[in-house]
Amino acid sequence: MKPLRQPSVLPGFGLTFGFTTLFLSGIVLLPLAALVLMTASMPWSEFLRVITTPRAMGSYRLSFGASLLAASINLVFGFIIAWTLVRYEFPGRKIIDALIDMPFALPTAVSGIALTSVFAANGWIGRYLEPLGIHVAYTWIGVTVALTLIGMPFVVRSVQPALQEVQRDLEDAAETLGAGRFYVFRRIILPTVLPALLTGFTLAFARAVGEYGSVIFISGNIPMRTEITPLLIVIRLEEFDYRGAAALGFVMLVISFAMLLTINLLQAWGRRRLVATGH
Amino acid sequence: MKSAPSVLLDEVRTRPGRDTKLGAVVRWTFITVSLVFLAALLFAPLATVIAMALAKGLGAYFQTFLDPDTQAAIRLTLTTALVVVPINTVFGFAAGWSIAKFEFKGKSFLITLIDLPLAVSPVISGMIYVLLFGLQGWFGRYLQDHNISIIFALPGIILATMFVTFPYVARELIPLMQQLGNDEEEAAITLGAGGWITFFRVTLPKVRWGLLYGIILCNARAMGEFGAVSVVSGHIRGLTNTMPLHIEILYNEYNFVGAFSVASLLMLLAVATLIVKTFVERTGYRRRR
Repeated sequence: MKPLRQPSVLPGFGLTFGFTTLFLSGIVLLPLAALVLMTASMPWSEFLRVITTPRAMGSYRLSFGASLLAASINLVFGFIIAWTLVRYEFPGRKIIDALIDMPFALPTAVSGIALTSVFAANGWIGRYLEPLGIHVAYTWIGVTVALTLIGMPFVVRSVQPALQEVQRDLEDAAETLGAGRFYVFRRIILPTVLPALLTGFTLAFARAVGEYGSVIFISGNIPMRTEITPLLIVIRLEEFDYRGAAALGFVMLVISFAMLLTINLLQAWGRRRLVATGH
Repeated sequence: MKSAPSVLLDEVRTRPGRDTKLGAVVRWTFITVSLVFLAALLFAPLATVIAMALAKGLGAYFQTFLDPDTQAAIRLTLTTALVVVPINTVFGFAAGWSIAKFEFKGKSFLITLIDLPLAVSPVISGMIYVLLFGLQGWFGRYLQDHNISIIFALPGIILATMFVTFPYVARELIPLMQQLGNDEEEAAITLGAGGWITFFRVTLPKVRWGLLYGIILCNARAMGEFGAVSVVSGHIRGLTNTMPLHIEILYNEYNFVGAFSVASLLMLLAVATLIVKTFVERTGYRRRR
């Protein structure tokens, strides 16, 4: 049988392992367990009632609908941006490459108020959309715009390294043998970057579902229409309805873990494919 | 020496048969679409922060920072980061040392648990502490009887921030320490160096870029966290308002110059973070997933 820990000349296992598990338990696991236990202490019927109120259902529809739409937009534009940054040279490429991470580094409250003022009826972009009848700020479109911004780096940063991996000789060989550009894209490039694209999509989607700060300013927060699930949780907490908040939080937690699992499976699939194609 | 992308680009340029008309059309379409998308979604909001902050001139801009509530918010944000970042750095080293230097069962499970906070909505990150320490929470009664305030006070803000930024240093250090191996450390120990000497003289210099990378990301998140802190803070002006929360209050009061002035400071922090990050990547440090 394999021992619990293999011997090593290095000291400090007890200290560092002990500190790691203790700190992890105290800061992360115990508080999360409190959420699960709080939910578990509710009768099943009450739990079901709380998580299926029309207001909750409306918030899921918006949170998941807008997140899915935003992640899909990022799937397309994230790929185009990654492709542009990897394959083309143009002035300012390096600065733009560095700025892709801006939504990671920028506090969500800042991106929230900034997007709202850009897309408001009198904003830089909003003023041109308003005459066309497109209202972005304080509608579901605004929510989608905010979620697109915060999800964008996930797709670009997943796809970039995968695009660099594409074997150019294969592309050349295919073209020499008479394959068209679109055929090369569909049969050589897309299969190579597909796992990375799907990972980026799932990461962007997972992040968008839980997002709070950048959305609440632009969404207008009208119950049933532009109220996201995280905001509904905050409202429940402010009403001191801890159980109601915990139940909604539990639903989101379960969905987050399901997506975490999906991401891990996608990444494992991507690695297997790389090995299979001899990279 | 050329970096990998520019080698790639040279290769593209010298590729035969690539310079067709269709190729040029595709190239310029892709570049235009990328730039327009980024301009609308990213560059316009960034520029708007500056424009709105300076809308009433430099005087009004600096006036914001003379307001005692704004100064209190800046102080609180700095205090929080000053507590949270060092603790999470120590944790990152403990996790890195135990996971990278030793083989034990359940290691990958432990790594998954460390990454857990990244998968959780910021609102939930704050809520779990309210469920524990809030007035109606598990320890609420006990804390009230003993006159200890955690929620709507500094400890709650620190706890929520710590949760959100928990994995940042660890997830840089663990893969880096695993990749660099243990040979130098084992040599040092065999030659008679103690554990701490080995850590400070051998391990620390080896991982310095990854450490810096993790710390600046951790710091950026700690100073900018909104959702989790919003839930536990109680929004008491001048007392439990961090900078992001102060932005929200000023914005909701239609004090746009004030809100965007504070926002411009956080944007500066984000730009500084990206500059350090780019610099660290120039040294050859690449982050692994």
